[in-house]
Amino acid sequence: MSLLQQKTGAVVRLENVSKSYGDLLALDRVSLTVAPGEFVCLLGASGCGKSTLLSLVAGLDGITGGTLDTGGRKVSLMFQEAALFPWLSVRGNVELPLRLQGVSRSERRQRAEELLGIVRLSGFADKRPHELSGGMRQRVALARALAQDADILLMDEPFGALDAMTRDILHDELERIWREQQLTVLFVTHNVREAVRLGDRVILLSSRPGRVIEDYAITHARPRRIDSPEVSGQAAEITDRLRAEVARHAH
Amino acid sequence: MPTDTAVESAEVAGLDALELQPKREKGALGKRVWRSAWPKFLAIAIVLLIWQAAVWSEWKPIYVLPAPATVFTDLGNVITTADFWDGVRVTMTRAFTGFLLAVVIGTIIGALVSQFAPLRAAIGSLITGLQTMPSIMWFPLAILLFQLSESAILFVVVLGAAPSVANGLISGIDYVPRTWLRVGQVLGMRGFAKYRHLILPASLPSFISGLKQGWAFSWRSLMAGELLVIVPGALSIGVRMQQARDLSDSSLVICYIIVVLIIGILIDVLFNTADNALRRRWGLLGS
Repeated sequence: MSLLQQKTGAVVRLENVSKSYGDLLALDRVSLTVAPGEFVCLLGASGCGKSTLLSLVAGLDGITGGTLDTGGRKVSLMFQEAALFPWLSVRGNVELPLRLQGVSRSERRQRAEELLGIVRLSGFADKRPHELSGGMRQRVALARALAQDADILLMDEPFGALDAMTRDILHDELERIWREQQLTVLFVTHNVREAVRLGDRVILLSSRPGRVIEDYAITHARPRRIDSPEVSGQAAEITDRLRAEVARHAH
Repeated sequence: MPTDTAVESAEVAGLDALELQPKREKGALGKRVWRSAWPKFLAIAIVLLIWQAAVWSEWKPIYVLPAPATVFTDLGNVITTADFWDGVRVTMTRAFTGFLLAVVIGTIIGALVSQFAPLRAAIGSLITGLQTMPSIMWFPLAILLFQLSESAILFVVVLGAAPSVANGLISGIDYVPRTWLRVGQVLGMRGFAKYRHLILPASLPSFISGLKQGWAFSWRSLMAGELLVIVPGALSIGVRMQQARDLSDSSLVICYIIVVLIIGILIDVLFNTADNALRRRWGLLGS
């Protein structure tokens, strides 16, 4: 652990992180700290580089400038698509990260069983991914991410492709798992209500290039509901700010 | 709050139950077999009818174009001889050795080409070029290189099939979906593990279609080879057919055509079964 983190206790620390692809500046001097166990939502319109930011934190891509420090912690990333492997059963998919770590067969099986229990899919271990619904596949993907035993869970619009009802229920599920497993979550979305429903903080990013323009603390008591007046009220406020930002690009 | 958890749990379970498709009865086995079989029977009946009509019209003398009944009687007689099965054994042994050799060589070449960019530029298009080459063009060279021997036949069979196998593997590796590759990256797959757990299984469907196409090419090459390269002592199907032609026995020639057709269809069914089994596992079939 770096000195900086020992002082601040941050799990993820970005300082003036920039990322450009050739001439295109995707992220411009983004600074952000995430505390242990915090649920942080990154919110922005198209082109704000929120997915880029996650790739950087996940180490899939290198930064162009600034400092990014995760203190060598393990990071896991979930996408909008579950991207389960069709040649493996549900159990096989969840076991895969364990296999790659060289965990023994019996231990793997037991751990996969536990993880499937956590996402409430215990009876589905022997199914194939295509036999499950979109929401269930996303939960298997979550179990697979948890199997990596990462300290930081990055989620890139994980519920974006699901219907409203399923998304609602998965919000409850994610909140429960986050609390029970004491995860640190960095969650990207363009859905303002979703961000307010889930986050301890909502970070608003500007578009082209991506910059941090607001950092809202969300203090409503949990468990929350996406249609509660508090969530709606704060979401409306953030939406106004986001619209103003989008309008800036009109010319 | 135990009740809250119970409610949530019920909600999740209920939603899962609603979203899963109810199981449908597939119907009795006999019925299903019949449903897939009758169009094939109809096709055979149509062919036989046209054939019989041609015979009735006396378009050709009866000893040149025999009637279906004559041919099928002959076929019945031929396939009950041990001699015939010896011929089938010789031909199928060649087919399988040639095909297996082609699979091994094609897989190695495919793996190398998809690995190394310079090789790909050099050999990639050559492989496609080879595929379009009619295999019969190789025989003169094969005979000069190996004389009238089994090796000459194998040489051409392998040249016919290996490019398809290699191409199947190459395109399988090329078209592994990006999202899967990203998952591999997130899970920290590298080197051998990446091949073992991601690239190879993901390229399997394309590899199987490569095998299937390779088989078709090798079977064609083999038949051409057996008519051209007559190895002394090896009375293969092709040789027997050639002999029947020399004796102007049209009926027997047609018998062997039917035999070759049936073998081809049977092997194709095997490949399709494997292909369908894989697709069902992957959920690529609407079942």
